[in-house]
Amino acid sequence: MDLWTLISYAAWAVSIALFVWMVIDSFSVSKEFSEDFLMSSREGEE
Amino acid sequence: MANSTTAISGQQHISLRKVLGPIHIWALGVGIVLVGEFTGWNFSMAKGGAWGALIACWFIGLLYTCVAMIDSEVTSTVAAAGGQYTQAKHIIGPLMAFNVGLYLVMAYTMLEASNAIVVGDLLKQLAGDMGSADISTRPFIVLTIVLLAWLNYRGVYATLNINFVITAIAFISIIILFFSVAPFSPGKVLLHKDLLTDLPYGWIGALGALQFGMWYYLGIEGTCQAAEEVRSAGRSIPLGTMSGMITLLIAAALTWYVAAGLMPWQYLGQAYTPLYDAAKLAGGGGLQAIMFIGTLFAALASANGCINDASRAWFSMGRDRYMPEWFGAVHPRYRTPYRAILFLVPIAVVFALVFVTALDLVIGFSILSGLLSYTFMSVNMIRFRKLWPLGSISRGYVHPFHPITAIVLLVLCVAVYFATYLGYTKMLLSIMVFYILASLWFAYHRYQYVKRGDQFTMAWPRPKGY
Repeated sequence: MDLWTLISYAAWAVSIALFVWMVIDSFSVSKEFSEDFLMSSREGEE
Repeated sequence: MANSTTAISGQQHISLRKVLGPIHIWALGVGIVLVGEFTGWNFSMAKGGAWGALIACWFIGLLYTCVAMIDSEVTSTVAAAGGQYTQAKHIIGPLMAFNVGLYLVMAYTMLEASNAIVVGDLLKQLAGDMGSADISTRPFIVLTIVLLAWLNYRGVYATLNINFVITAIAFISIIILFFSVAPFSPGKVLLHKDLLTDLPYGWIGALGALQFGMWYYLGIEGTCQAAEEVRSAGRSIPLGTMSGMITLLIAAALTWYVAAGLMPWQYLGQAYTPLYDAAKLAGGGGLQAIMFIGTLFAALASANGCINDASRAWFSMGRDRYMPEWFGAVHPRYRTPYRAILFLVPIAVVFALVFVTALDLVIGFSILSGLLSYTFMSVNMIRFRKLWPLGSISRGYVHPFHPITAIVLLVLCVAVYFATYLGYTKMLLSIMVFYILASLWFAYHRYQYVKRGDQFTMAWPRPKGY
């Protein structure tokens, strides 16, 4: 197996890991905070 | 972490984090666009020859200068994410706002996909040069989209700081290339006298070149998507946008001058990486390596900025219920529109993988979506000055020559539509049909869910006549 084949596999692995991390984090945030709070931003407000 | 969570939970409202300054706005705008100097603009050569590409560079430069001036004025009063979507919502009404929002999301997501394809192709080329020619581009395309989305998910400050660094490196690589070709000694390296011919297809060819001339500047209007995250929208948006536009005018001029002086228009009209090819002709391996890094960084910066802008537009539409409200959520720790960012990842991946062999189709859709939003921008501007005349609302920037700027923008947009009609009639008509069907869906189904009065929460004065 040459270097670029290994890099290709690493690219797939990192992509999957990062995407799964984001999905898990988004679910944990939804469990930890209420929807009203998460969607309470208003345009023009500090 | 427990303390910060408690503190966050104690707040009644959450908002996007206001941490950006003019330098980040510059990085966002120039970052999205600069890849167009490395690949894309040169297709205008196939339509109008070298002079046609230069005419396109000038006229489309004027179009985008109008866009930058109008955006700077309106956005300096609208400290809200969504950019042109928010402008249309406040100034015209919901149907235009929906369409403009959709144009923005489609334009940036498709541009992101095409940038990921470019990154994949560049890495495949590098692998080929190192003896591994049969490597697939797919893992690199997917990694580009997911890695940059992760960066955007984690926070806007680091995202745009990184964009500033890689955009600056890409811009410097163009300057290095320029000074490597003895630009002040005509005939020594650059052969404009021999290579510049008349307009090969006459003035109709020069008109046809306008469509691909968009690549010199496409995306600079993305600066106003960051309006809700800048510390001072009235100062940062005009300063970052106008300095970005000046940077792009310089980059476009240098790019055309170097490429047109080194290669004939027949070659440039179908070249994939014209500046990298210019480096091959003009210098040794060092210059080639610099231009390879410049092209790679420009594509990454563009994809990064596109993720930022598409997610802000989608988030704003969700917040106002033009799209499901679920997308209007802000991450309590990173203060980013995390659901919008995450939702657009698989869409960009599908665009990139399905259309990997049809880059021109993706680019065409992106250009036309952008063009539709510029067309409406000229109408927005005239109405904005009517409803909120000078002095009635605090403006961080007042653009000169109104209403000439808006009229010039509209005329140039019509010219580009005609150029697109000449070369890509089916694409133009199919995109129009797509947006008409989307508008019907919005008017007859989605509009019932829109927050009518509640979507206007900014402390603007009542418009004149109301």
